[in-house]
Amino acid sequence: MLTIEGLTKTYKTGDKALKNVSVSVPSGQVVGLIGPSGAGKSTLIRCINRLVEPTSGAVKMGDSDITRLSRSELRRARRRIGMIFQEYALVERLTVMENVLSGRLGYVPFWRSFTRRFPQESVDKAFALLERVGLGDHADKRADALSGGQRQRVGIARALEQDPELLLVDEPTASLDPKTSRQIMRLILEICRERGLPAIINIHDVVLAQDFTQRILGLRAGELVFDGAPDALDEAALTRIYGEEDWTAMRRRSGDEEPEHHSEREMVERLEGLA
Amino acid sequence: MPVATIDGAPVWRHRTSRQSLLIWFGWLCLVALFVFCWQVMTRDTIWAFVEDAPRQAADIGSRMFPPRWSYIERLLLPLWDTLNIATLGTVLGIIIAVPIAFLAARNTTPSTLIVRPIALFIIVASRSINSLIWALLLVSIIGPGVLAGVIAIGLRSIGFVAKLLYEAIEEIDEKQVEAVRSTGASGAQVIDYAIVPQVLPAFFGIAVFRWDINIRESTILGLVGAGGIGLQLQASLNVLAWPQVTMIFVVILATVVISEWVSAKVRHAII
Repeated sequence: MLTIEGLTKTYKTGDKALKNVSVSVPSGQVVGLIGPSGAGKSTLIRCINRLVEPTSGAVKMGDSDITRLSRSELRRARRRIGMIFQEYALVERLTVMENVLSGRLGYVPFWRSFTRRFPQESVDKAFALLERVGLGDHADKRADALSGGQRQRVGIARALEQDPELLLVDEPTASLDPKTSRQIMRLILEICRERGLPAIINIHDVVLAQDFTQRILGLRAGELVFDGAPDALDEAALTRIYGEEDWTAMRRRSGDEEPEHHSEREMVERLEGLA
Repeated sequence: MPVATIDGAPVWRHRTSRQSLLIWFGWLCLVALFVFCWQVMTRDTIWAFVEDAPRQAADIGSRMFPPRWSYIERLLLPLWDTLNIATLGTVLGIIIAVPIAFLAARNTTPSTLIVRPIALFIIVASRSINSLIWALLLVSIIGPGVLAGVIAIGLRSIGFVAKLLYEAIEEIDEKQVEAVRSTGASGAQVIDYAIVPQVLPAFFGIAVFRWDINIRESTILGLVGAGGIGLQLQASLNVLAWPQVTMIFVVILATVVISEWVSAKVRHAII
């Protein structure tokens, strides 16, 4: 259970990126965070693991308020929060395996990570995760030898290697083609289902957000202006988030895919039932 | 305002007439200054000597040829010393330069107000003093010999390596750093996993480049008594043994060509 209370971020330049944002995400819920560029989506998810220091407000995971933790406590809290990035943010010159194992850095002392002697269970877990994301044969390749979709799969494996209790996902599909985007979103969603993992997914593509998430938050100029089910995101809501625009074309497209996109979520649910 | 309206149509020029005139005047001043400085500098030149120069050069040239090939036997040991001075000096410089580079880089320094300026000062101090002058100081402090040469080369290398390395560190992709930090990694682990892999190619390139420069610099350190082939050069110059001097030049040239070839190969292999 993640609770954000009155989160405010004012940058040194005086830009107010977030204005008093309050929201709570129950465990197992996958939330899509949409909004125009510069609305504060990235700032919001970075305030949760304090890659960006919030100016005021609280971020509570369970009982502890992340904004009040000391440096070493913060490191321990970050272990429990997996993050997946736009443009993958893999360490390009390390191997796939090293990238996945870097998810364990918070758990091992420096000398073990320096000599790359991770505990065997971490390595086993990394192999299992690479298998899970479909990269079983690529463990020894260098990260920069992979395609965009494959790199994002490594990014997902790295986040899961942390044994996270929450996933923060920042524009996972921004540099991927439409088909790969859907595959990556489906993979993230499936994994969240398997593990009952809550996730906050920053995403530009409204149709993708509607297809794959259970709840949508709309951010505009640092303020939360929409919070509801994907189906409740109508033209009025889109205008509230993004401003005036003729949304009919986009709505029609997503309407065409309506049968498919319902089956998308339902299929995952059905698979879930089988498992 | 390079956009003007002439006959109702907009016209665009790179510069306004006024700017063009100013730039032209600036160049004129520069040429005038050059001519003036040239006159000041050559006031004490004795032109008779300059006219004589080609004859003098031809005279020394004729005495330098042919090189005394047999002298090479006595050059091999000093040459070995020279290579050792360059290599050990480079290693010494790198060992000291790496931590300084991390302290000087804006994105890894522990404190921008105190530590960074100190690190930058060390870099500037090391770079501002030529290795020949370092050697001169060190010979009078620790006495003549190879050790003074090694330390002189090392001290001079600190600034060069640290400067290029800290610039490489400042240019890394911060997203990779952010990603590693978000896993709960400690500061040392972030450096090891996110920063070192990104600067490693630059580091090897810088190290080999500096080694290559140091080979050239260490050939003259003997002039001030800091060991190596320069000692032989000075001895030969003192007794006007021109064929030996030529031989030393040949050996230095060959060494530099080989070191440059090696450094090009190594850099090519890394990148």
